Amino acid sequence: MIKKITFPHLGNYYIPISYLVKKATKCKVIIPPPITKKTIELGSAYSPDYVCVPFKYNLGNFIEALDKGANVILQAGGGCRYGYYAELQEKILRELNYEFEFVNFIQNNRVSLLSIYKYSKKLNKKLNVFTYTYYLINTFLIIITMDKLSIYPRENMGFEKQKNSFINTEKKLLKELNQDNQNPIKIIKNYFKYKKLFQSIPINKPKDCLKVGLVGELYSLMEPYCSNNIERKLSQKGVEVHRFTTLTYLLIQKKFKLKKYLKRSKKYLKYHLGADATESVAISQILAQKGYDGIIHIKSFGCTPEINAMPILENISAEYNIPIIYFSFDSQDSEVAINTRLEAFYDMLEQKRNKSTTKN
Amino acid sequence: MKKNITIGIPKAFLYYRHKILWKSFFTNLGYNIIISTDTNKETIEIGKKYSIDESCLASKIYLGHVSYLKDKCDYIFIPRISDYGKGEKVCMKFNGTYDIVKNTFPEVNIIDCNIETTKKSNEFIAYAKLGLKLTKNIFKIVYSYIKAKSKEKKYQKQQMIKQQIKLNTKKLKVLIISHPYNIYDKYIGEPIRKILNNMNVELIYADLLDKKIAKKYAKELSPTLYWIYSKELIGAIGYYQNQVDGIIFLTTFPCGPDSLVNELMIRKIKKIPITNILIDESNAEAGIQTRLESFIDIIKERRNHND
Repeated sequence: MIKKITFPHLGNYYIPISYLVKKATKCKVIIPPPITKKTIELGSAYSPDYVCVPFKYNLGNFIEALDKGANVILQAGGGCRYGYYAELQEKILRELNYEFEFVNFIQNNRVSLLSIYKYSKKLNKKLNVFTYTYYLINTFLIIITMDKLSIYPRENMGFEKQKNSFINTEKKLLKELNQDNQNPIKIIKNYFKYKKLFQSIPINKPKDCLKVGLVGELYSLMEPYCSNNIERKLSQKGVEVHRFTTLTYLLIQKKFKLKKYLKRSKKYLKYHLGADATESVAISQILAQKGYDGIIHIKSFGCTPEINAMPILENISAEYNIPIIYFSFDSQDSEVAINTRLEAFYDMLEQKRNKSTTKN
Repeated sequence: MKKNITIGIPKAFLYYRHKILWKSFFTNLGYNIIISTDTNKETIEIGKKYSIDESCLASKIYLGHVSYLKDKCDYIFIPRISDYGKGEKVCMKFNGTYDIVKNTFPEVNIIDCNIETTKKSNEFIAYAKLGLKLTKNIFKIVYSYIKAKSKEKKYQKQQMIKQQIKLNTKKLKVLIISHPYNIYDKYIGEPIRKILNNMNVELIYADLLDKKIAKKYAKELSPTLYWIYSKELIGAIGYYQNQVDGIIFLTTFPCGPDSLVNELMIRKIKKIPITNILIDESNAEAGIQTRLESFIDIIKERRNHND
């Protein structure tokens, strides 16, 4: 039987993941169809009621991919209850009478690169440690390129002179990265090429524009559909948006930075709160100290670590006089309600800014 | 530290798991302890006021208890637990309890201990460090801890034996899978226990099973589970499943671990009738009574049929 591999969506990161899987296993990869309303409806139909929403999205992705003909499912994730998704998802899909192989790359609550290697070796006998490392380097370079090149558009998207020029350039970049014949030099060249391209887009940015930081749970932050694309909506209103949680941070930087973050925010935290909640607190504090205008905290409904962080964020908000708005997403969110809340928050920030400038 | 210090222990969360250890540790060291009252409507109202809307009912109750204690004692004891070793993590809520309380009630004095075995701070070291905050006499601390721990073990053994005797009755037996802080709580669990007792049902508690046995059985049922509290409860299913007539899951809304674990177990265990009871703040007792009655009717019928 020919193996056709699939994996859950996470923003645009299907590009590096499918590259690695394709190269390492030499199997066919079936990328699940882009997330739509149907995905989440399928997902929540078979999920437990009050599980957090990434579970439902992942399950929807799997069902749609299996319908397209996939027969191997990859799942990885950990830290909180994310690490426990795999077993239940497998059970649910089996009871739906799908035929597939379920591969879980989580060991001891962490994604293990070794187990990915071992699994790939089984499928592709020609693979050796060196070629695997080479593919891995390319994969990480793609991820880093994507993350680094997403910072500038996020800050400047709202001020472009010609509509959609950022989005179009970004599309071209993703197309360039989504090619099979990658090598490190090519990726780095592309990085500089597109950095220049982004910076050459004509913008009309006032010096004292509103600055807002996004913190919270990783899936809602990185998967635009889940958060109703809050990030872009905010950008397009003419706000400089900052987001710190990226795959680069989670996979590479977290190990080194976590301790520093805890130390920095020792006024509010004595211990780690679990998963990414420590960062939410620490980054909010940094943003407040840097003089940002507001913070948006987003998470999926019931996310325990982020709920742990919320009382502490309230204290930061009071102490530094910085407004924080909380969004919590589930499978049935009304887009209108989110837009209204976002607009109200934006208006409030603007008024606050005007008040403080007239005072001076 | 001067004598005659009173240490407050909130009667929620891990109190039900470690009450013997905590009580006897602090009294052995020579301190007075005060334990908050049973959970009542007021506790929940106050807890709700102080917590984030989305947090689980059990944690709201916890904050209610802390609020009750805040001006009745000198220190409030709040343990922080991250893990008991590799692959033995606990729910994220316990990682953050200390900082949540500290940030919600900045005026309260807290003594804390940190159990994080993967970072070289196992239970013994954690309690020793805790003791050093109270007294400088290290021998006294070690002695208090060992004495308290052995008392706890003895108590657990007794409970386990009592449960074994219960298994021999001819009454209907129902296994209750629930965190101790839910089932033994006055507000959440007590009404349910009462209803079941009135129906002449023998209750078998999952948390009373010996922890080591439970872990072994849990591994068979689910190889990837890494939350230790869930593991211990799930293990009881494996151990008792041939001796009971039905299983009741009791969960508070929206418990993170249980949302996945209960669903998985319901899908895996097909031999015995299972029901899942979810409790929220409104706690509509009539609805629960009806559900329990019909569930008991089912297992009664099933038993008669099999006989």
